[in-house]
Amino acid sequence: MATAPRYWRENPSRYNMVGIKCNSCGRHFFPPRAICPVCHRKSVGKIEITKLKGEGKIFSFTEVQEGLEELSLQRPYIVALVELTEGARVTGQIIDCEACDLTIGTPVRATLRKLSEEGPSGVIHYGYKFVPIKEKAP
Amino acid sequence: MKVGIVSYGAYIPRYRITPEEIGKVWGVDGKSMSKGLMINCKSVPSPDEDTITISVEAARNMMRRCGVSPKEIGALYVGSESHPYAVKPTGTIVAEAIEAAPHLTVADYEFACKAGTAAIQTCMGLVGSGMVKYGVAIGADTSQGAPGDALEFSASAGGAAFLIGSEKIIATIDNTYSFTTDTPDFWRREGQMYPRHGGRFTGEPAYFKHVLAGAKGLMERMKSTSKDYTYAVFHQPNGKFPSRVAKQLGFADAQIKSGLLAPMIGNTYSGAVPLGLAAILDEAKAGDRILAVAYGSGAGSDAFDITVTQEIESYARGKAPTVKELNTNLKFLDYATYAKFRGKILLGGE
Amino acid sequence: MRRVAIIGVGDTEFGELWDQSFRDMGIQAGLAAVADANISSEQIDALYVGNMSAGRFIEQEHIGALIADYTGLARDHIPATRIEAAGASGGLALRQGFMAVASGLHDIVVVGGAEKMTDVSDVESSVIQSSAADQEWETILGATFPALHALIARRHMHEFGTTREQMADVAVKNHKHGSLNPKAQFQREITRETVLGSPLVSSPLRVFDCAPSSDGAAAVVLCPLDMAKKFTEIPIEIIGSGQASDTLSLHDRKDVCSMAATKAAAKRAFEMANITTKDVDVAEVHDNFTISEILAIEDLGFFKKGEGGKATEAGLTGLQGEIAVNTSGGLKARGDPIGATGLAQAVEIVAQLRGKADKRQVKDASVGLAHNVGGTGGTAVVHLFRRA
Repeated sequence: MATAPRYWRENPSRYNMVGIKCNSCGRHFFPPRAICPVCHRKSVGKIEITKLKGEGKIFSFTEVQEGLEELSLQRPYIVALVELTEGARVTGQIIDCEACDLTIGTPVRATLRKLSEEGPSGVIHYGYKFVPIKEKAP
Repeated sequence: MKVGIVSYGAYIPRYRITPEEIGKVWGVDGKSMSKGLMINCKSVPSPDEDTITISVEAARNMMRRCGVSPKEIGALYVGSESHPYAVKPTGTIVAEAIEAAPHLTVADYEFACKAGTAAIQTCMGLVGSGMVKYGVAIGADTSQGAPGDALEFSASAGGAAFLIGSEKIIATIDNTYSFTTDTPDFWRREGQMYPRHGGRFTGEPAYFKHVLAGAKGLMERMKSTSKDYTYAVFHQPNGKFPSRVAKQLGFADAQIKSGLLAPMIGNTYSGAVPLGLAAILDEAKAGDRILAVAYGSGAGSDAFDITVTQEIESYARGKAPTVKELNTNLKFLDYATYAKFRGKILLGGE
Repeated sequence: MRRVAIIGVGDTEFGELWDQSFRDMGIQAGLAAVADANISSEQIDALYVGNMSAGRFIEQEHIGALIADYTGLARDHIPATRIEAAGASGGLALRQGFMAVASGLHDIVVVGGAEKMTDVSDVESSVIQSSAADQEWETILGATFPALHALIARRHMHEFGTTREQMADVAVKNHKHGSLNPKAQFQREITRETVLGSPLVSSPLRVFDCAPSSDGAAAVVLCPLDMAKKFTEIPIEIIGSGQASDTLSLHDRKDVCSMAATKAAAKRAFEMANITTKDVDVAEVHDNFTISEILAIEDLGFFKKGEGGKATEAGLTGLQGEIAVNTSGGLKARGDPIGATGLAQAVEIVAQLRGKADKRQVKDASVGLAHNVGGTGGTAVVHLFRRA
């Protein structure tokens, strides 16, 4: 069973989508990494911790029937690859919608939800999931 | 120094269940229950939602509407009777999630259904005294009703957050008054899953006595009458109690309509008056005056006299969803799914 | 660099082998390979074992020593090494053995692969298989291993018009091949309707799009090509070996419809062998999901990107097709005991090149390819074989 510190140390990225920007090439990456995979050595000293906006579009998605046991109450649940506006791609659940209303390209925004909990007495883990952005009348 | 609301944000889960659906399971006439309680449906949190996620979403909606840096927040309080942990704070997670941590003071409140308004009062004191520049007060709950109990027809989920400060105030809090006694009308013991209540004892000696005393006490101090207020919002364990109390205090339906959410979402406990107030601020204009009275079983009431300022005209209300907008994209549940969502089905395994 | 040949192969049946333990299977496959190579165990210089997760499947680490011990080699104190790269563990073990012989460090090397997956519950088994993906940034967020492949499938359908039916055809073909393989887990033919009517696992993928959980082991014996004729009449030379890596997470790949690691590994293997895809007669590719085979046959260069589904539908990958793919039944029908899979692919190719594949024999097969993938493409290994 996972321990609290393993989740805790990732909180900035899980809560607020903290990633990095490589100031050598301008690319964003999520989660943070020590070196830019494009610029390699040129990126040393040029990696900047950056909060990503958490907005993007669905790149691909699936409705999971046989899913994680932790998510059994939410079955079927939707998982997607989300292409963020900054360019980085992330994996996450899409919530508060029906799979039939989604298409590749649907705009989404990050929100905070429970990811899992370590049983009824263990730590609860929170992190980002995505909700479709509703078109708002101007 | 004038103290008031600088920004606000609300959140309500999308799932709903009707009293008819609940009544069907327990052999209760849900239709008359619905009519008697004046509750058409109540909100239900998704299995991945709790008081923390609701508080975070409300607080983020609050931050989206204003230009205040989260680093300027000096205090944050979350009032709830359904904190996910018995020990381990809700507020710390909210503070991290809106990037207000670590240079602030945080605490969780529990005071039945008025923990959220107690948080507002605390922030008023801290801002008024100059101890902090901004304080965040949140009232949120994912309240529980035992299967088959009368509470199950109303206990729901939602919350709202308020940024309290002294600059760029969209609504001044002119005064606040509390009325507190020891009245055992509703309780939940440590380790118990569901609360218990005193049945009809929750009415006259509890809700009505305290809400009336709170409202009257405040209006005496402000030398005001019901006619002076554009809006009024009262704690709403159902739709009936606040409508009745409003009538007794001389308020017309038009004054309480905007803040009366119980018919659509049920009883959001600590979120009730905060959400009602948020719904009023969604449509209020400069100069509008609001009376808000929260009630917490146990018992006590917090009354507020609030005046909307000119700032509301340039305030970016549209940057976050209104309560009305939050009441869309609904999905109605059958009782089985509701029971599953609320952990009322005993699961196998370890 | 010395030329390297396979002189012996051995494997167990694949499936739910309730009466066999991890070590039982390892020994059975290893001893069969040793017997097939006509060597005796004291001639073995080194042992490599491919295994993904014995630590979690049977709570046993230190697999190298375990297999050496129970195959009777403990007193010889030979070097025994366990290799792990998720689904590519077996293929990578083969490559380690190949490098050891090619380099001149060892002469006779046994490479085995084994996984015992049914000693844990189905739920636990899928959790363990998911550990091939990025735990922190994929699995925790709800993406199971099938879900990640479903994301690939949806995107492939979107970009190239690959159809649900074409994916089903991969399973239909591999079950047909499996029905001709007495060691396959599934020896029953299925139809498109079987696949399309099976329960959804992660849309658009259904139960019959996924390889099963299996128990099994497979092994090969390697030696320098110039020594091979001493042991066997038909040595099978490993003429190319390529390995490549890629991002651990699917989402970090520029193109999720293609496995860049497969392309890189294939390029390296073909360059080493100095042949092209046209020279290949038979291929075992990593079809842990039906969509995976479509990606594989495109990335390996048998078909243009986006044409894999159509090629399958047209029967170009069947026994009598342009290129016979997964004649053993593949991971889908032969079974997928993870660490054993890469070796089982080699065992099948050797059978084909020796002309000993019975009812599923590809006529005049002289060059074969094995393609083994770890995770969603974080590791890929490609080997090329030729009848010497």
